[in-house]
Amino acid sequence: MRITHIRIVSQIFFFLLFSFFAFVTQFGYLKGYPVSLFLEADPLVAIATAITTHTLYQGLLWSLVILIPTLLAGRFFCNWICPYGTLHQFIGRLFDRRSRKERLESNRYRQVFALKYYVLTGMLVAAAFGSLQVGLLDPISLFSRSVTLSVLPTLDMATGWIYLQPFLHQLAWVVGFLLFFFLSANLLLPRFFCRVLCPLGATLGLLSHFSLWRIDRDSEKCDNCELCRERCEGASDPQARLRKAECVVCLNCLDDCPRDALSFKMLPPPAREVSLPDLNRRGVIFAGVTGLLFFPFSRSSGDLTKNFRKEVMRPPGAVAEPEFLARCTKCAQCIRVCPTNVLQPALLEGGLEGIWTPVMNMKMGYCELNCTLCGQVCPTGAIQKISIPQKLGLGEFADLGPVRTGTAFFDQGRCLPWAMDIPCVVCQEVCPISPKAIFSREVEITDRWGKNIRLTRPYVDPKLCNGCGICEHECPVKDLRAIRVTAVGETRSRERSLLLK
Amino acid sequence: MERREFLRRAGAAGLVVAGSALGAAWLHDPRSGAEYFRDEKAKKTRQLKSYRVERRPGSLDLAVVRGRNPEQMMRAGLGDMGGIGSFIQKGDVVVIKPNVAFDRPPALGATTNPEVLKALARLCREAGAKQVIVADNPVNQPEGAFFKSGIQRAAEEAGATVMLPKASAFALVKIGGQVLDTWSMFFQPFAQATKVIGVAPCKDHNLCSATMTMKNWYGLLGGSRSQFHQQIHEVIADFAHMMKPTFVVLDATRILMRNGPTGGRLSDVAEGNTLVIGTDMVAVDTYGYTLLGRDPDKLEYLHKAEARGLGSTRWKELNWREIQAG
Repeated sequence: MRITHIRIVSQIFFFLLFSFFAFVTQFGYLKGYPVSLFLEADPLVAIATAITTHTLYQGLLWSLVILIPTLLAGRFFCNWICPYGTLHQFIGRLFDRRSRKERLESNRYRQVFALKYYVLTGMLVAAAFGSLQVGLLDPISLFSRSVTLSVLPTLDMATGWIYLQPFLHQLAWVVGFLLFFFLSANLLLPRFFCRVLCPLGATLGLLSHFSLWRIDRDSEKCDNCELCRERCEGASDPQARLRKAECVVCLNCLDDCPRDALSFKMLPPPAREVSLPDLNRRGVIFAGVTGLLFFPFSRSSGDLTKNFRKEVMRPPGAVAEPEFLARCTKCAQCIRVCPTNVLQPALLEGGLEGIWTPVMNMKMGYCELNCTLCGQVCPTGAIQKISIPQKLGLGEFADLGPVRTGTAFFDQGRCLPWAMDIPCVVCQEVCPISPKAIFSREVEITDRWGKNIRLTRPYVDPKLCNGCGICEHECPVKDLRAIRVTAVGETRSRERSLLLK
Repeated sequence: MERREFLRRAGAAGLVVAGSALGAAWLHDPRSGAEYFRDEKAKKTRQLKSYRVERRPGSLDLAVVRGRNPEQMMRAGLGDMGGIGSFIQKGDVVVIKPNVAFDRPPALGATTNPEVLKALARLCREAGAKQVIVADNPVNQPEGAFFKSGIQRAAEEAGATVMLPKASAFALVKIGGQVLDTWSMFFQPFAQATKVIGVAPCKDHNLCSATMTMKNWYGLLGGSRSQFHQQIHEVIADFAHMMKPTFVVLDATRILMRNGPTGGRLSDVAEGNTLVIGTDMVAVDTYGYTLLGRDPDKLEYLHKAEARGLGSTRWKELNWREIQAG
């Protein structure tokens, strides 16, 4: 058995493991599986959140399991573990119609591969200011998000196997077509995403500078046939001086060399490698300045402060908005596990920085009272792991009160008993708080035909309302609901509170 | 051009022309308006049959069972009514409809007591039922509601099958009530059912004052069911018209006295230690309303149902008995 066969087994194993975790990330199957393990082991998520928060949150310690071997043996993660990389490799191979000559050409190192290092630079500079943007392109976050928002709903539409009732996500088409676009790019350039864009690949590429092992070419044996490049996944020029930062340790070149001139060797002579990525100072400065400007440009929109939007209702247990944006890696694990479909990916509701972060949309669902699953799966602590008593403000948490995610308000111009003399109060029926946060007053009125009728008209008690939104979700005025929850009154921020006490 | 070539190409063109004409004729719809604008009555609907059974003359219509052990209470009550065998026979497919509306633990009294459900399902199995299906379409997320209410587990322990309301499990059902004519219903459980039993908790309700065995059928319907509140008493009477169950059980082992139908605090719940079993839902609910300490004369839907001949509020005139068990 060749080592490349072992590599393929490893790739299949981790791809299936990732798929399995994606499938079981839901109430009925969760059963304590470490469903966020891939995100927790992702060194880019760990490094970037360490920069934004100055801490390494809980399970992110797992990133050492990837990081330390990378320091010894290079970017093996990209071609042995990364499920997104595996998918790109597979799709690229499946549709490959290149001749040998074209293939040799397509795997030649190109200048554009340096782009990923500039992407990484920009994102890390933004992180230094407290804005976590790595999730936009980090492959694990990106793939998790794509699976949750596009792949699983598509599979469910075809089979009905994934959900009890179909889950819908706003902007699913954008995420879906982005996935399709990145996968299609493999036809133009093999492993386009991995070689050109991937900021995790860039991180690991920089770290492999220190690695002790690498592919080495014995120029005595080599007759410069260049066949080693034919299936080179990283396009790292094994036929010349190996570009250490680009090599993804696929080891295909070991198989392909007819003269056994290549080997995976400890501490080969540095003169035979290009040990750092091919960057120029102007490019790095440009990327850094972009990241630097990103922060003031996006924050000066006021989306986090004076101009915060009523739609930005974060899941229960979410930390205050500035810290939330420092932690949320946009992986959509919370959206996946949410049993009611209330969690939705934001576009610009939370400002430029909040793209793909979770917000609650009460038309899609509502926050289930006895549920804190979103915090349980959050790999970075953007949503804290709170207990049910903590969420409800019971027992030792009684002084703090419940975790509020917003406050419900009636729109009396649309509410049936208020505007149209029609009985309803479904909102009160479903309100899960005891005593109910929606109370009512009975009135006797004369209708337009002169008949005396009794009506129950609902009100919100803001001291009891926790913003769960089931009232809005069940309101029969289906388009613009007659009771709507907005972000004001949320617990996580003193500035956004509503009541003095 | 050769003759053969000419015939081949002319033939191909002719086939495409003929195919287009035939296809167009086949698809052509001379009527105006799409499906949506057409007569509702033309839509395919399903129908629920009556699940009532012939009762032996003189057998009990209503059993009020007092006690603390749900299984013993269920056995004693059904025993006095002629035994579970007088309702369920070998080979029956029984649908049991508990109230699993909310994801609450049993102690909060917002859902059917799982012990009561377990006893009922077990008795059905003992009577030889081929399959016992437990089904509801909760207000809260279904998997969570079935899990946290303990109904999932109770059903499994009793050898019953839980059926969750998958989107594909719904069908348009002909109700023919005064308000509800046709409506989307969680129909899948009823496709093969031969017997239906409702087992509902006894609860306060914010709009219609009480939710018991008649209103329990609300939970089978889908669609825009929150509109039912606009004419709640007529709609509940329609449920008694829609569903003719084999029998119903009012689970008053716990009673949700206030803040219904959700509850949320133990202080909302009173000990009831009672099961009311009967074949007349109106009678069962009339009795049940007194357990909430309220006056049945004032509960509108009971009288609407009675006026439509769907049951009797004069439960004392029925063949009834109070039983002490467990």
